[in-house]
Amino acid sequence: MGERLVELEVLRYHPESDSEPHFQRYSATCREEWVVLDALNHIKETIDPTLSYRWSCHMAVCGSCGMMINSEPKLACKAFLRDYQGVIRVEPLAHFPIERDLVTVIDDFMAKLARVRPYLIPKQEKPVSEGEYRQTPAELKRFKQYSMCINCMLCYAACPEYGLIPKYIGPAAIALAHRYNQDSRDGGRDQRQEVIAATEGAWECSFVGACSEVCPEHVDPAGAIQQVKIKSTVDWYTEHLMPWLKK
Amino acid sequence: MAEEVSRKPYVREMTYRWIFRHPRYLRYMAREFSCLFIGGWTLLMVWGLKQLAEGPAAWAAFLECLKSPASIVFHVLALGFATYHSITWFNLTPKALPLQIGEAFVPDAVIAGAHYAAWALLSLVLLKLAGAY
Amino acid sequence: MARSNKPIVWGPFAAGGTLTAFLTPALVTLTLLAGLGHVPDVLAYERLHAIAAHWLGKAALITVIFLSLWSVAHRLRITLYDIGVRADTGVAVAVYSAAGLASIAAAVFLFRL
Repeated sequence: MGERLVELEVLRYHPESDSEPHFQRYSATCREEWVVLDALNHIKETIDPTLSYRWSCHMAVCGSCGMMINSEPKLACKAFLRDYQGVIRVEPLAHFPIERDLVTVIDDFMAKLARVRPYLIPKQEKPVSEGEYRQTPAELKRFKQYSMCINCMLCYAACPEYGLIPKYIGPAAIALAHRYNQDSRDGGRDQRQEVIAATEGAWECSFVGACSEVCPEHVDPAGAIQQVKIKSTVDWYTEHLMPWLKK
Repeated sequence: MAEEVSRKPYVREMTYRWIFRHPRYLRYMAREFSCLFIGGWTLLMVWGLKQLAEGPAAWAAFLECLKSPASIVFHVLALGFATYHSITWFNLTPKALPLQIGEAFVPDAVIAGAHYAAWALLSLVLLKLAGAY
Repeated sequence: MARSNKPIVWGPFAAGGTLTAFLTPALVTLTLLAGLGHVPDVLAYERLHAIAAHWLGKAALITVIFLSLWSVAHRLRITLYDIGVRADTGVAVAVYSAAGLASIAAAVFLFRL
């Protein structure tokens, strides 16, 4: 495999000197088989050391290098140069404030993950001496898909509702809540419903489905959210129309 | 000692232009706009009910209106958009109502396919009973 | 944080969306055929009047009309927000009222039959 001259147009922003972001174009000779992350690393090492961005594993498991590449949320380590022609536009992940260059402020996301109580809340606490919480393969399968999230935030960048409504809990957080709700060892659904069945929970979703399309782990947060809507609706009508039924 | 770094996070404005960022958002908008045609057609039928209640002459006038070029164009568009609504709805159903049997989940194509089959059957029966063919 | 009462409007939306998905294309086909000059038997005055006069026909018609209009209203509300119309409460009141009023009108016409 040979080399290729690649032009990257990167959104720059240095808060100490810039009042607003601006694009900067770089020309770099890259290996044909490289990904955008390799091109960025090459630029940082040989052309412009001031370029800032997050990355870690370089193999699409850590979720650090999410960015907008030609206006599409992608992991930079999974965006192959061979799939792009012409100038490649690289911007920080949409719908998040820009900290510096391609680094976004992710506090909102982190807070929302915590709010859905992403841990097992057993129906009955039992001491270690009583043994493990057992689970069949079928029970595992019921939530496995939703446990595969790598917190890369591509779904938040793809979701127009999150962009329009910053209070929206968002795809990954709701999918995470659903992962625990679907876990046979868990009994905390009621507590999570206070968050995900609130207005800023599943109800802000309009099933665009972009989140599931861009998810690198095929978690399908859109599906999780619709399932939450349906269960919440059944709950609501049961509670209000048949209040004598105790859970 | 490290220098104090001043933070000034920049918030990018969100405009309606998000619709044009990728074809999937346009497809979403097309799906959502189907509501205008389904709604328009339903309201047209409510008016038709009014004409029906007023007697045979009023009903005949309503049927005549349906023959106008504007009505035909509207109907063709409404049929297209209503069908698009159906297709998108049935394709999304497996995501909202997954079916786990044993360890495996019933494939999406099977759930959607069952809906398509029911839709086709129902439509054919409806059209037959209505005397369309 | 309280659990939302969204299910009040979402339940009928989901029911209406499903109903229109199954029924509307065939129904539009019927009135399209009528417009093209091949009036299907069911749209002849006597046939349709007989159906609409029967309580079962009334019930079916009002259900289809209400659920169709409601799901359309809900979708329109969401879409307007998507394209930048921020007054969600005002829009909600407007669209759901319109759906409700049109449904009531349909009921009135049906009961005149």
